[in-house]
Amino acid sequence: MEHIEDIEKPFRTQELTISMGPQHPATHGVLRLVLNLSGENVVKCTPYVGYLHRGIEKLGENRTYFSALPLSDRLDYIASMNNNVGYVNAVEKLFGIEVPERAKFIRTMVAEMGRISSHIVWLGTHILDIGATTPFLHSMAQRERLLDLFEILCGARLTVSYPRIGGVRNDVSQEFLDKLYEFVLEFPSNMDNYETLVTENRIWKHRTVGIGVISAEEAINWGLTGGTLRGSGVDYDVRKYAPYDAYDKVEFDIPVGKNGDCYDRYLVRVGELRQANRIIKQCIENLPAGPIMSDVPKLTLPPKDMVMKDMEHLIHQFILITKGPSVPEGEVYMGTEAPKGELGFYFVSDGTGKPYRMRVRAPSFVHASVLPRLCEGGLVADVIANIGTIDIVLGECDR
Amino acid sequence: MGLITTDTTGNQLVEVEEGTVIMAPNIIITSMDKLINWSRRSSLWPMTFGLACCAIEMMATYASHNDLDRMGIIPRGSPRQSDFMFVAGTVTKKMAQIVRRVYDQMPEPRYVISVGSCASSGGIFNTYSTVQGCDSILPVDVYIPGCPPRPEAFIDGIIKLQEKIKHEHFRWSRWR
Repeated sequence: MEHIEDIEKPFRTQELTISMGPQHPATHGVLRLVLNLSGENVVKCTPYVGYLHRGIEKLGENRTYFSALPLSDRLDYIASMNNNVGYVNAVEKLFGIEVPERAKFIRTMVAEMGRISSHIVWLGTHILDIGATTPFLHSMAQRERLLDLFEILCGARLTVSYPRIGGVRNDVSQEFLDKLYEFVLEFPSNMDNYETLVTENRIWKHRTVGIGVISAEEAINWGLTGGTLRGSGVDYDVRKYAPYDAYDKVEFDIPVGKNGDCYDRYLVRVGELRQANRIIKQCIENLPAGPIMSDVPKLTLPPKDMVMKDMEHLIHQFILITKGPSVPEGEVYMGTEAPKGELGFYFVSDGTGKPYRMRVRAPSFVHASVLPRLCEGGLVADVIANIGTIDIVLGECDR
Repeated sequence: MGLITTDTTGNQLVEVEEGTVIMAPNIIITSMDKLINWSRRSSLWPMTFGLACCAIEMMATYASHNDLDRMGIIPRGSPRQSDFMFVAGTVTKKMAQIVRRVYDQMPEPRYVISVGSCASSGGIFNTYSTVQGCDSILPVDVYIPGCPPRPEAFIDGIIKLQEKIKHEHFRWSRWR
């Protein structure tokens, strides 16, 4: 009898504070969360960022507009192409350059390739974190094909630096277009394969449906963008409402969720993968002929083959890279739809060849700030699902 | 002891210990260096630790296309279970102490592969917040160049580390 009394006596419990990260495999880099736990429940969640702060914005102020382009690759390193496109679009808006039609289509095409490669990594790692290994291996195999295509295009796999201010670096080859078209035709059936593994999977639904719910109003107030916002049912996409490049000339739908939980955000991103594939297909089919660089010699780099042959072009390139062009004064903000959300570049120009201030509006930073809202009150196992579902990259978050 | 004899049925026998006689073809003679280095380099388990861009290429190397598992390399989530560490990405000053702590938690013998130009020398990020090369905080065994290195370069770096382990001398003993 004494034993039963002992058990029924209320025993003392206390809150446990644990540090998750910055070297946790599920934090997608070096995010650190300090979690206050009461048993299995998360009482308080505090994200700490800055473990990958490399000073990209400051470096951008010390380089000319042309030589700061490779820095934008290292922001969101899973989708370098989209960062490049965002950077050059912002600089072109500042310079007031109009880009030729063919270059616009090529940029749209490669940006959507970047979107597929980013979402595919998200798909694989998010599902891997929750506990399924197979989709990760399938999706990474598909991604290798895209990286091979990037390699044909510009020689690099990950940090591409392919777009240039005023156009793109080189024209696409027929071999590239053929292989990309082959990929595009096979991609929907590959997506069906992944979805067979996951979408209606009972365990997957248990882990994601009703987890990390955020309403549409709250999502807007937190400043969420991209798939994370559309999962809550807000129909907002920069590509549709402020089109840049050739997005106003291609047809695509915006997948929108309903409940704002992890599962809806998953469905939105899977839908985006299919739409990106659709955009690439249209770009290949409707690729117009013409030049790939706009003809503004004072503000764009000379063609590379001429630089190697001709003294004047060489001097021109040298001056543009080292001293920079003379640009109009003023400030400009340009938002583009990166895979993670709205990626904005903000430049303040004082008329010299280097920006006075370069600011990056990184979606990952905004999304990391919503983690306490999603995690608090939930279970500790759902923290992993929540980190995966907001799709953050710490290179972009910490800059 | 150690002498090969022949019994009545023609089998060659050898006495390995006092009173223990076994068949002679069961014996190989090697040095402890060779045996231990062989077993050590054949199953290197890395610490899964991604810092920046290079970690994405590291993932691609682990995953289906390049498949590091076939080389006996299985990523571990805990430093206590790992033999070597990829420093994959930019080491910032805020992160440096954590990288060092993870290294200190790994059991001996431990190795470090510095991946990419950021980890090797600071790369393009010569700023106030980055460590100019992780060799200022860790003893690095192999450097892999590239920004980021290709998966083939990763595999080459691992083979270089295996060669290094192959030629180690007396590292298995208590005194090292």
